[in-house]
Amino acid sequence: MNTRSRYDVAIIGAGMSGLAAGIRLAHFGKKVCIFERHNAVGGLNSFYSIAGRKFDVGLHAMTNFVRPGVKGTPLGKLLRQLRIDRDEFALCEQKQSRIAFGPRGECSLRFTNDFAVFESEVVAAFPAQADGFRRLVTAVRTFDDVSLDAAPMSAREAVRRHVSDPLLEDMLFCPLMYYGSATERDMEFGQFAIMFKALFLEGFARPFEGVRVVLRVLLAKYRAAGGERRMKCGVKKISAHAGRASAILLDSGDEITADHVISSIGAPETDRLVATSASEPTTAPPTLSFVETISILDRQPAELGWGSDTIVFFNDSSRFDYVRPTEQVDPRSGVICIPNNFDYGAGRVLPEGIFRVTCLANHDRWATLPEADYQADKSRWFAEVQRSARRFLPALASDDALAAATLTTDMFTPRTIAKFTGHLGGAIYGATTKHRQGRTSLDNLYLCGTDQGFLGIVGAMLSGISMANYHILQKG
Amino acid sequence: MTKDECKQVVLDIIADIAPDEDLSNVKPEVRLRDQMQLDSMDFLDIVMELRKRHGIEVPEKDYQQLASLDSCAEYLTPKFDALTGKS
Repeated sequence: MNTRSRYDVAIIGAGMSGLAAGIRLAHFGKKVCIFERHNAVGGLNSFYSIAGRKFDVGLHAMTNFVRPGVKGTPLGKLLRQLRIDRDEFALCEQKQSRIAFGPRGECSLRFTNDFAVFESEVVAAFPAQADGFRRLVTAVRTFDDVSLDAAPMSAREAVRRHVSDPLLEDMLFCPLMYYGSATERDMEFGQFAIMFKALFLEGFARPFEGVRVVLRVLLAKYRAAGGERRMKCGVKKISAHAGRASAILLDSGDEITADHVISSIGAPETDRLVATSASEPTTAPPTLSFVETISILDRQPAELGWGSDTIVFFNDSSRFDYVRPTEQVDPRSGVICIPNNFDYGAGRVLPEGIFRVTCLANHDRWATLPEADYQADKSRWFAEVQRSARRFLPALASDDALAAATLTTDMFTPRTIAKFTGHLGGAIYGATTKHRQGRTSLDNLYLCGTDQGFLGIVGAMLSGISMANYHILQKG
Repeated sequence: MTKDECKQVVLDIIADIAPDEDLSNVKPEVRLRDQMQLDSMDFLDIVMELRKRHGIEVPEKDYQQLASLDSCAEYLTPKFDALTGKS
């Protein structure tokens, strides 16, 4: 039982970033405690069980995958900083992914963990854009994306300097936005470059058992380093005195003091904990949220003819609109994930088929529905989202083949996300404004995680590492 | 502590923080950064592991003294000796 009331560092939230920060600090002898309101670790990348069956949330694929021996990339930095052997994650590579645009996915670009495949697909589909695309890739490769104080720049403008075909432009933006953009329509170029590298120049992989493998490794490291955590133990308030966080008040009513406080719960969410009558929240609330449908199948997706694609990013319209929908869901574009289609090794297959589809959603249209309406709308949109996504996969033998193979389904909405993660507006990628240096209105209170601005689960862990290093460990 | 022992201390630390590097042929006179992929995060870790394992403090202004194994030995050996009471 962890009952001290004083720590060197208190961390709010046991997601990927909070755990990574905790490992660093505990490893170097700091007395650390992580406070988590939920009963499970992982935050936005977690898992849950229904009737003995485990469902992953968040993670479709771990981005930033590079093979052993490739150095100087985010995955390598992460493994070194957390003293993790890459075999512990046991990552299995994707087969192939696609970006499919047009009402039936007529224009399709394949990509794998070998960038040459994507480059040749782009050149074949857009021969007039070949030189421009290569110039863009060079600009991305040479961009210093780890700088904590680079001036922001529009990625749309930067890309248009090299790529003049709006279809190719949208096809490049679609996966990068879906896998990490908190802003509508455009991205900051630094974020674009990070995501371009993470998805196209590096790649996708997944542990056989999914995200829980990553969490298990992080927890074991944290525990071995002497870190403490308190679950079902949320933080209600951060007290401020003379510009510093002087104490944190837990849901239980207990008070904790710490020299440093790291919050992974989001910038506006953190503001709310500090809020006094004198301080206005400094960050706009997030606008983008998502729904996801999950179907568990009684057979491998390959038996339905869906054995090739790991991830498919789709859009049926003339332009790609990455904006908050006015309706509850925008099924025109989205992401299909078939976790069975990673290469787990000869004869090694997931025990059941899994078919997931993610689409943009409007939190406010879901938030206040009475329960009966909420359930009815969920069923209606479940069918609509799957119908939309199936247009971008090989046709099934019969119209009801998917339904016939389905054992069970689940679906999360913005309301689910807000409920289980505490993120305002059901946000996945946080607020639109990022705080690269992790600073807040209080001197010894820092942000890590989505609102610090490194993306994806590798980014989340690097965020925790960077903030622990920058604000605490480097200062001795 | 001899200078060779001191170099081994540094190599042991690098082996732990960068297990993907081949340390069998590190040239003591060549900058570590030029022989393997070590970034500023890794150098911070060398400094922090020296403190954690051996109680040696390296202030930020002296980080450049850790550039090569030879310079590490020059700089760190007196610090180790001071800790064990030798001059």
